[in-house]
Amino acid sequence: MINPAGFARSEGLNRPLVVSVALLGLFGLATLYSAGQTDVPTPAADIWQKQMVWFTVGIGLAAVSFRLSPRYLEWMTPAIYVFAVSLLVLTLIVGTGAGTAASVRSWIALGGMRIGQPAELAKLATILMLARLLASRRAAANSLRDLIPASVVAGVPLLLVALQPDLGSAFVFVGILFAVLFWAGANPWLLLLLASPLISLLLSFSVFSWGIWIVLLTALLVWLRPFILEATAVWLTNVVMGIMSLQLWGTLAPYQKNRLLSFLNPEFDPQATGWHLIQSKVAIGSGGILGKGFTEGTQKRLAFLPEQHTDFIFPVVGEELGLAGVVVALALFTTFLLALVRIAGHATDSYSSLLVFGVAGMIFAHVIQNIGMTVGLMPITGIPLPLFSYGGSFVIVFWVSVGLALRVGWDSRLAGYHN
Amino acid sequence: MNSFHPHLVARRARQSTIVIFAIFGALTAAFFNVQVLGSEKYRLRSDKNRLRTVYLPAPRGLIVDAQGIALAENVPGYTVSLLVSSEEELHDALDRISAITEIDSAMAGEVLARWRRAPTDPVLLFRDPPLELVAQLEERRVMLRGLVVQTEPKRRYPFGPMVAHAIGYVGEISERELEERSFPGARFGALVGRGGLEHQYDERLRGSDGVRFIEVDVLGRTVRRGGMGGRIEPGQGDTIWTTLDVGLQQYVAETFPAGGRGAVVVMDPRDGSVLALYSAPSFDPNAFVGAQGMVERQRLLTAENQPLFNRAIQGTYPPASPWKLAIAAMALRRGLIDLDSKMPTPCTGGLQYGDRFFRCWQQEGHGDLTLAEAIEESCDVFFYQLGLRLTLPTILNDGTEMGFSEPAGIDLPGEAISFFPSSTQYYDDRYGRRGWTSAIALNLAIGQGENDQTLINMMRFYSMLANSDGAAVEPHLVERRGETARSLDLTSEVLDGLRESLLSVVQTGTAAGARIADLKIAGKTGTAQNPHGEDHGWFIAFAPADDPVVVVGAIVEFAEHGSSVAPMVNSIVARYLLGENHGSEQYRMVFPADSAPEPVQILPLLPSGD
Repeated sequence: MINPAGFARSEGLNRPLVVSVALLGLFGLATLYSAGQTDVPTPAADIWQKQMVWFTVGIGLAAVSFRLSPRYLEWMTPAIYVFAVSLLVLTLIVGTGAGTAASVRSWIALGGMRIGQPAELAKLATILMLARLLASRRAAANSLRDLIPASVVAGVPLLLVALQPDLGSAFVFVGILFAVLFWAGANPWLLLLLASPLISLLLSFSVFSWGIWIVLLTALLVWLRPFILEATAVWLTNVVMGIMSLQLWGTLAPYQKNRLLSFLNPEFDPQATGWHLIQSKVAIGSGGILGKGFTEGTQKRLAFLPEQHTDFIFPVVGEELGLAGVVVALALFTTFLLALVRIAGHATDSYSSLLVFGVAGMIFAHVIQNIGMTVGLMPITGIPLPLFSYGGSFVIVFWVSVGLALRVGWDSRLAGYHN
Repeated sequence: MNSFHPHLVARRARQSTIVIFAIFGALTAAFFNVQVLGSEKYRLRSDKNRLRTVYLPAPRGLIVDAQGIALAENVPGYTVSLLVSSEEELHDALDRISAITEIDSAMAGEVLARWRRAPTDPVLLFRDPPLELVAQLEERRVMLRGLVVQTEPKRRYPFGPMVAHAIGYVGEISERELEERSFPGARFGALVGRGGLEHQYDERLRGSDGVRFIEVDVLGRTVRRGGMGGRIEPGQGDTIWTTLDVGLQQYVAETFPAGGRGAVVVMDPRDGSVLALYSAPSFDPNAFVGAQGMVERQRLLTAENQPLFNRAIQGTYPPASPWKLAIAAMALRRGLIDLDSKMPTPCTGGLQYGDRFFRCWQQEGHGDLTLAEAIEESCDVFFYQLGLRLTLPTILNDGTEMGFSEPAGIDLPGEAISFFPSSTQYYDDRYGRRGWTSAIALNLAIGQGENDQTLINMMRFYSMLANSDGAAVEPHLVERRGETARSLDLTSEVLDGLRESLLSVVQTGTAAGARIADLKIAGKTGTAQNPHGEDHGWFIAFAPADDPVVVVGAIVEFAEHGSSVAPMVNSIVARYLLGENHGSEQYRMVFPADSAPEPVQILPLLPSGD
């Protein structure tokens, strides 16, 4: 139902989303400013100003993506997806490293200047492609076979990113795939079966835990009664994963092994690999309930906190603003994500709905991975915290995603789906 | 059914909401765990990360004399240290400093060793440097980021060499002392007492060091000094009140023959408090403070005349004639004789015993003497016979009971244990069961032989003689270590008689020339055989003889006769009892001819075969 008289443009915008993004953006900029306030020279000193530039560019692009019709976008999706995957392939061939992960090929450089990380673009492209693929289906997936096309769409960029290697982004692709499949109505048990090889791999560090998992999986298969071929395939994949884990472990780079070992036990190598996590927890823990005061964090000021402007920016919040600041940030992220879920729930069409929920899944994966690793709940990977971490590519992708979500919300409001 | 039916979508939205809340709830719980429950632990770790402790050395307690006059005090000084994070940085800083002042390779090595010992602490470069150097270093502070200049109390001894042995001095704790925990609670680099009261009461004097913090970054570079993380002020050590009388001490030091070696102790026999304790040659403890301290100490440690050696408590000498009183006390206690008893053989200048002739110091002989007279004349022949009558085992047993094989127990470190065999077992072990004869008793009877006493232990014995009840006191400068129940176990009449005969030593006997009118000084001279050169002279006296309030003892190396020591001791007694204007200088000192007999070889040079 269209309200023809006096429908102000701003009323069509989803207010919780706008407010939470605005507050998170300001919070993030302030934190980034503080991250540059140290007692020792740091390249991060004026980085908040550069971030402002990225934010401006990002918000501009958000305005563009807001004006983009979802129909047009849906039509363009395969081209975007192919372009993004091509860039990933190109990255593997000519990519360069940066910062702490100099050996990782995750950047595309042009004339010696790094112009972006294709993995970030690929995340959005994968969301669009999955949305297009699943929106065209009328019935929900009922067998593992139905999940294969979607798995391939997410699996290709996932594999390319994992080869860089960038395990953090690979994890985000998994998050996107499962979020979109869930939203498309796939049976959660089916999703569990899909995830089972991964779980098997993770649990294989101990024969005991892996054994229990195989028994549980077998019981699940008997209870769910999927097609016999699928059941066999799942079961065999799990067993092979368990057996292969040692070989797969051998293929990991030493720093990845150390990160995983340090995740299990930070004091494993406190001077090197465990250092990040230990110093992060020291920063957060020493902040206490109310923190040491804005810009006053000693761990940060004296450079004990590594990567305080990118991967480990959240400990700056924890150290300087304490648990209070952490809770405010988490509450804002919750509001933001719930607003996205709400927009997805009221979207006018299934493509838009899946698109917005996919974005929510991507951001959710980023937030729990980044914040979780600062307190040791997740292994350490280098993925940015939305609106806090400094970085061009992800900032652009984030703002474009927000623009798309606002457009979906706008459309449903105009269509009267939402009041 | 269309999987995007509004009911299904709404259900999935609800499920998603639950998942989001659950996971953010878990994150919040994790942060609560780290920030609230683990806060204290992480705060400590964060402080440890960034704060380096700089100790603020506590001023040592004062050491004062009985009147409260300071014998050891503190004046402001400086220390210069460096806070560095790596060996390269240390070398770098030393290079820069060497442009201002010379740093030799020995010092650089020492600094490096110190740094390796405690790399997170500031490493000491200069203790008490010249003010000019401090100013120059301060000017270059920009280039020397980790420079730590701080005031540190510096020890000063106002009386210098005059009272050095009793007070001692301070020095940096050694690696070994740290390991052995010789000074409990002292940290690396601390100054601790060396010798004397500084050592004895180190723990009380040391006080509690304060701390301040220097903030460093992740590479250990200094970022800020002071102001951060609070500061704990140092607490000065306790003041130690001694029983010393600095005026008397000064008089003793001035009266002692210049260039001589020996020691003087002045003690109150009634409670054992030491009023003066002087050892010569002395040293200036102030020279050990500061940069050249170690060099000076090394020089004195190897000096031929051993100035660091405290001759009052560490030097042991044959007690000679003063020890005859111990023999007399043994015989009197056992009732073998009384003060009027005479010995069977009168003194004719010596005594034939077996195939050897034991001489008396006076060749013409003393004639027939009573015990009282024998003490007065210090007649060797009388005591030879008395020793034989006592028998060797009795002498050894009673001498040990009187404390001659123990330290006097003065509250000073390093007191030598006086040597005296506790039984004939010693001779059996040393010379074989038949390798010795009872003639040993003759030598012991006149304070020679296997008998080496410290001055302070002889003082303890003479204070027993001085006390009307014959009770022993423990010599002390600050406080007694414990009560000893030792006593001479003689009646007061006998003790009075002994004192009377000691009085006549000064009035008419061997120390007659040292007599001071109006003062009843009782004392005993002695000449200790010194196989390495001139004999050592003893004199121990107490006064007033009828009710002694002071015992003064002196040992002077190479003095030849105890009689030459007597005038000095007597003038000290006069100074103590009559005050500064005692006028003893008016008396002409006549040195009596008291000399020890030639030592008689009574032991076979080689253990005999039978």
